[in-house]
Amino acid sequence: MNTSLAQVLPPEPQAEPAAASLPVKVEIRNVNFYYGKFQALKNISLVLRDRQVTAFIGPSGCGKSTLLRVLNRIYELYPGQVATGEVLVDGRNILAPGLDINLVRARIGMVFQKPTPFPMAIYDNVAFGIRLYRRLPKSELDDRVEDALRRAALWDEVKDKLRQSGLGLSGGQQQRLCIARAIAVEPEILLLDEPASALDPISTQRIEELIAELKSDYCIAIVTHNMQQAARSSDFTAFMYLGELVEFDETERIFTHPRVKRTEDYITGRFG
Amino acid sequence: MTVYGRRRAVNYLVMTLSLAATAFGLAFLVLVLGTLIYHGAAALRPSLFTETTPPPGSAGGLGNAIFGSVAMTAIATLVGTPTGILAGTFLAEYAHSSRFGEVVRFVNDILLSAPSIIIGLFVYAAMVVHMGHFSGWAGAMALAIIMIPVVVRTTEDMLRLVPNSLREAAAALGAPKWRVVVTVTYRAAVQGMLTGVLLAVARISGETAPLLFTALNNQFWSADLNAPMANLPVVIFQFALSPYADWQTLAWGGALLIAVAILFLNIGARLLAAWSSFDR
Repeated sequence: MNTSLAQVLPPEPQAEPAAASLPVKVEIRNVNFYYGKFQALKNISLVLRDRQVTAFIGPSGCGKSTLLRVLNRIYELYPGQVATGEVLVDGRNILAPGLDINLVRARIGMVFQKPTPFPMAIYDNVAFGIRLYRRLPKSELDDRVEDALRRAALWDEVKDKLRQSGLGLSGGQQQRLCIARAIAVEPEILLLDEPASALDPISTQRIEELIAELKSDYCIAIVTHNMQQAARSSDFTAFMYLGELVEFDETERIFTHPRVKRTEDYITGRFG
Repeated sequence: MTVYGRRRAVNYLVMTLSLAATAFGLAFLVLVLGTLIYHGAAALRPSLFTETTPPPGSAGGLGNAIFGSVAMTAIATLVGTPTGILAGTFLAEYAHSSRFGEVVRFVNDILLSAPSIIIGLFVYAAMVVHMGHFSGWAGAMALAIIMIPVVVRTTEDMLRLVPNSLREAAAALGAPKWRVVVTVTYRAAVQGMLTGVLLAVARISGETAPLLFTALNNQFWSADLNAPMANLPVVIFQFALSPYADWQTLAWGGALLIAVAILFLNIGARLLAAWSSFDR
């Protein structure tokens, strides 16, 4: 028991006693979600704090990705998917009807499990989101693109081929391109849906380092299958099971003294 | 006989039959093309392109028919391509699973397989009868109607091949739907869509039946789309059935021209498709 716990513990747990008092960025209140008749989320309530990383863990099908897809209403692209409840971003309910969701999405970046570079030049990929809402002079746009690529730790690898297709990059580079694209619009919230699960260990490590750096600017929510990743890179962890939120607490606490037996069973590898 | 031996025997047998079937099909293709080149090459002189269709017994070319075919095909393409692409986009992006979309898709599939002579008769009744005479416009419309369902179908198929993850990624950046379609989905599918347009052009450039009822023919040089218009398929039809040797030679020449034009359109479509897979 103790040995298996030690395996999932971060080597040097960073104590952040003040974490729970940081401002709330997103408040999820009584959210239910339905794929047609199937209820995928059951009365979920929790908060995401600003400049903190919140990890969502749980076995496949537990609803963690679904919850992430509610936070920017991307599920709406498909008919038959319905969310109820409230998601308050800075106190404003984004699930409310009559709100222009595109403007909200521009403030919430999302990175998907599989890299999704657009079939266009690397430069245009990063500039895509900026061009949607702002018309910048060329030099300023250049700066924004470079800055985003630098922050995504991709600049040095692509600076000489910005005009080449983003599809020509490796998987790990493509994913960092997608992160650069997401942060180029300077969102306030970053949603990462298993961003490293399709990548090799080295690329995964770069993505995790990136998350650690980006944390100082954004409110980050990350869905992951990888418990070590959650333990390493998050401040808060939510454990979900069968559409319910089982336990939500500071990551350190979840991985050392979980209150619920099922959480403990999952993080120690008894099931899932 | 061992199991392996039996399998090997079956393999040889099926392989031989497959090769025979391929040879059978290819033989006819080679025969058709060979005959076309053998007879058509005799008509390939500069005058074929510069002179108009002659009366029997005198020298001439197919200039007016080539011009008419190109003009009507071009107009049909200008009408059919945007219409087809917009309708295909509607089906793939907006009416994906709606009842109305299903009905439109079904009707389009019927139109796709409708015999072209029926399209010709329809345009005859809808345009020629009301205008009181055959015309190039009517011919172009008939060709456009044949072209549209082909473009609708290929556009929809190509757009549906674009993974939803791309649409999600663009929408997640705050792009409105129309912008996602125009800047991301089209870009991912453009080669396939262009290939579909080229194949549709190839298809209409050899159509005879719809033109018989619409553009009919014109012995003389005419660029007036409001008048009957010469075109290669109908001229070939008329000249090939005539008893005059010089007309028959011109018909062979025209057939060769159409075959070569379609060959180039198909090669173009292939190159586009290859370019797209290379790009990815």
